[in-house]
Amino acid sequence: MNKYDKLVTNAAGRIVPTEINGKPAIPYMGIGKYKPEGYRAAPKIASCADYPNDGNKVIPDLKAALIKAGLHDGMTISTHHHFRNGDLVATQIFDIAHEMGIKDLMWYPSASFPCHESMTKYLDDGTINRIEGSMNGALGRFTSDGKMKGLGVLRSHGGRYQAVQDGEVHIDIAVIAAPTADPFGNANGVNGPAACGLLGFALADSQYADKVIVVTDNLVPFPCIPWQINGNYVDYVVVLDKIGIPEKIVSGTTEITKSPDRLLLAEWSAKFCYEAGLIYDGFSFQAGAGGTALSIGIYFSEILREHGWKARFARGGSNKYLVKMLEEGLVEYILDGQTFDLDGVRSIRDNPHHTWTSPFTSYNYHSKGNFASMVDIVILGATEVDVNFNANVVTHSDGYLLHGIGGWQNTLFGKCVILPVPLFRDRMPVIRDEVTTLCGPGELIDVIVTERGIAINPRRPDLIEKMKNSSLPIKTIEELKEEAEKICGKPAKPKFTDEIVAVVKWVDGTVLDSIRKVQLKS
Amino acid sequence: MQQIATTGNKGKGIRSDCFVTLELTAQGGIQLEVESKVEVMYGDSIRSETLEILNFFGIDNAILKIEDTGAIPLVIAARLEAAIKKLIKTDKDWAPKIIEENRYTTAKDRNRFSRLYLPGNSPSLMINAGIHKPDGIILDLEDAVAPDKKDEARFLVRNALCGIDFYGAERMVRINQGERGIEDLNYIIPFNVNLILLPKCEKPEQLYAVNDQIKIIQKKFKITDPVWIMPIIESALGVINAYAIASSVDNVAAMAIGLEDYTADLGTRRTAEGNESFFARSMVVNAARAASIQPIDSVFSDVGDMEGLRQNVLRSKALGFDGMGCIHPRQIQVIHETFAPTTEEIEKAKKIVSAFHKANEKGLGVVSLGTKMIDPPVVKRALNTINLAVKMNKLAENWRESYEQI
Repeated sequence: MNKYDKLVTNAAGRIVPTEINGKPAIPYMGIGKYKPEGYRAAPKIASCADYPNDGNKVIPDLKAALIKAGLHDGMTISTHHHFRNGDLVATQIFDIAHEMGIKDLMWYPSASFPCHESMTKYLDDGTINRIEGSMNGALGRFTSDGKMKGLGVLRSHGGRYQAVQDGEVHIDIAVIAAPTADPFGNANGVNGPAACGLLGFALADSQYADKVIVVTDNLVPFPCIPWQINGNYVDYVVVLDKIGIPEKIVSGTTEITKSPDRLLLAEWSAKFCYEAGLIYDGFSFQAGAGGTALSIGIYFSEILREHGWKARFARGGSNKYLVKMLEEGLVEYILDGQTFDLDGVRSIRDNPHHTWTSPFTSYNYHSKGNFASMVDIVILGATEVDVNFNANVVTHSDGYLLHGIGGWQNTLFGKCVILPVPLFRDRMPVIRDEVTTLCGPGELIDVIVTERGIAINPRRPDLIEKMKNSSLPIKTIEELKEEAEKICGKPAKPKFTDEIVAVVKWVDGTVLDSIRKVQLKS
Repeated sequence: MQQIATTGNKGKGIRSDCFVTLELTAQGGIQLEVESKVEVMYGDSIRSETLEILNFFGIDNAILKIEDTGAIPLVIAARLEAAIKKLIKTDKDWAPKIIEENRYTTAKDRNRFSRLYLPGNSPSLMINAGIHKPDGIILDLEDAVAPDKKDEARFLVRNALCGIDFYGAERMVRINQGERGIEDLNYIIPFNVNLILLPKCEKPEQLYAVNDQIKIIQKKFKITDPVWIMPIIESALGVINAYAIASSVDNVAAMAIGLEDYTADLGTRRTAEGNESFFARSMVVNAARAASIQPIDSVFSDVGDMEGLRQNVLRSKALGFDGMGCIHPRQIQVIHETFAPTTEEIEKAKKIVSAFHKANEKGLGVVSLGTKMIDPPVVKRALNTINLAVKMNKLAENWRESYEQI
């Protein structure tokens, strides 16, 4: 089986394979152009006759559960990233598979973190054939160096749900790490030592996988209330001493930035929103987890207080700053996709106005609408942007794959998408002639805010008109690019070999771009 | 003679800088090793620019290593030149061209609410300093640079003055005390500096020496742009001699007070209330006003305490200061907002200025508001207030068009 085959040029002008890991793939056709047909995938029909009447599905250990689930060569194993860098479960699965001599697994995580770096040894020895999901840090480097046996596939959170729902990815065994669960398999993320907020990333897996294993370190007698995962989908429950490292679950980039440059980006972004009339009583916004995005919340708060306005809802990434806005009455509802700190966990557990969502409700493109397109203001990051407002979030300007897509692609459907990015990082210009990897088409990206000026997409004459007399430094994207190159010099492009090592999927499952093996300097 | 020199910075937390190790050899040509964070984008240009500089200084045989964390070209050039000049004697300089954006001079009485201190040997802080819009940017060669880095900092500061866009901020350099400070001038006067900060000023002779050297260099390089001086009073003796210092030479534009050293000299400690420095601050304000220059306050060192800073600025303004130093860009906005005229002050100034224009239009020599005569200094102050308010976007430039005359 070839990693990939049958290259074509897609609607974005990118060369992509139409056969990936032995299966056909559809090239990107434009936004909203690909119309899926047929029916969603369906899991096997189960029968209560095969499950214990007393509801007790507890199995002594993870290995026994994996064996009972039929673990064998070539299977697809899914895990989830709600423990972020504090996850202790995913690596254990592959330790067991390795010990059992299992080969060619496909790992299907909702995201990967530095704590998963040890997976490279299983990618090396053939235990894992490939990752479909996200390849961060060391895993990305491994992929970019062309060492992964299969072809990597990068999907957004919404795209992950879509792929499972559409039958593009069939999960053989889903392992769901749950901070609290009962013996029946009902589970939640709000209680227990590894409390992480919510388990939405595991929803598709629970619904569609052949076998579902819930792993917990806080087993409570039935019923586990609330249940975010229905026990009715679950085959086995495993109790471990410890499934996550709490201080690594609820940490990360959730502190407001102290960098004056980033604060300026945040301040200007908020000012832009205000002057462009995007903030009003009853508006909505998406708050990211990065330091800059957090600080924007602070500036939004000032504007809301001053006018006596409220946001109807905020989509997040929740954290103490967003919770503060909720508790102060500046935001009426938090529709949470991922909880970043203990204040977030407390709030989602105790406050009925703070509710959990999933990639299904928020992001799934093959659905009867989703929440993403209803949001007024979306603030996101990017590693690169080009003069056509296309953006990249997965590779760096040196060509290496270092990040996953997360919910980034999905949120681009918001009404106004703003990317606050530094004009250059150290000497690396962020605005390029052409992005190294296309992750978000320029049609969906409206405003680039840099510390040296703000560029509005010419596709948004309404915003350009509104900002005509603004005190903010509105410039063209070409002017910004030139300004950066004047300071940093004109950058050379990364050199790649012809070999494709991973592809980026669009939210509808079509192939948006290919990532090639980095050519090392001889 | 020494054969190996190192310059620049590396290690944890170092960004946008480079560390240069240069060894002169007798033969073998140039052996160049570049380890760069931006190898893919700029590796080739770093190599070619490096070779060009070595060639310029006539170096044919050397082992050179550059460990780069994303330094812009003028930083790499400064590090390399500093290393070269540790090893060879030369009259040649590799100064970058002065960019068009930086070709502006400053007026003696320009606004100096905020002046941002930047360590003279830390390039990462310099590149974006101007975007925060301080009135002045100080490239500090004195206390913020370690003794063994003072030579190389001169090249970095010189290159920054030429090539980094400071977006209209007054380009200031704090030179060292004594002889070293006089030497520092050679690296900055020909390269587009607007103002020299002179630390630890105690007597007018210090200013004569500095000013004489400035004149010599200006003549040599045929520089006609003004270079202003801001002496900093940091001792009991300096406070006593404040007026003599303020009025010593005609290009003193402002006089600042440095309270950390001053309180140490007094044998006391700086407090939030500042009673210990009340006399000194008042002396500096009084001496500066007597010499018709701007009195400028010390820095507020708790960068996390914005409310404390605001209170400090209010006290400063009330004492008569025209500005203060800052050590973090976040302080700039608070300083500007608080020094800026208040709505009340602007309304009062509008009345006076309006009456002044009205009197002018009518050809009257005397300005009056109702039955009250307004003295010329009051009019002047009101005009200043209005200018400031317009400059700070607190008042429209054409405010008079819609202003209802009383």
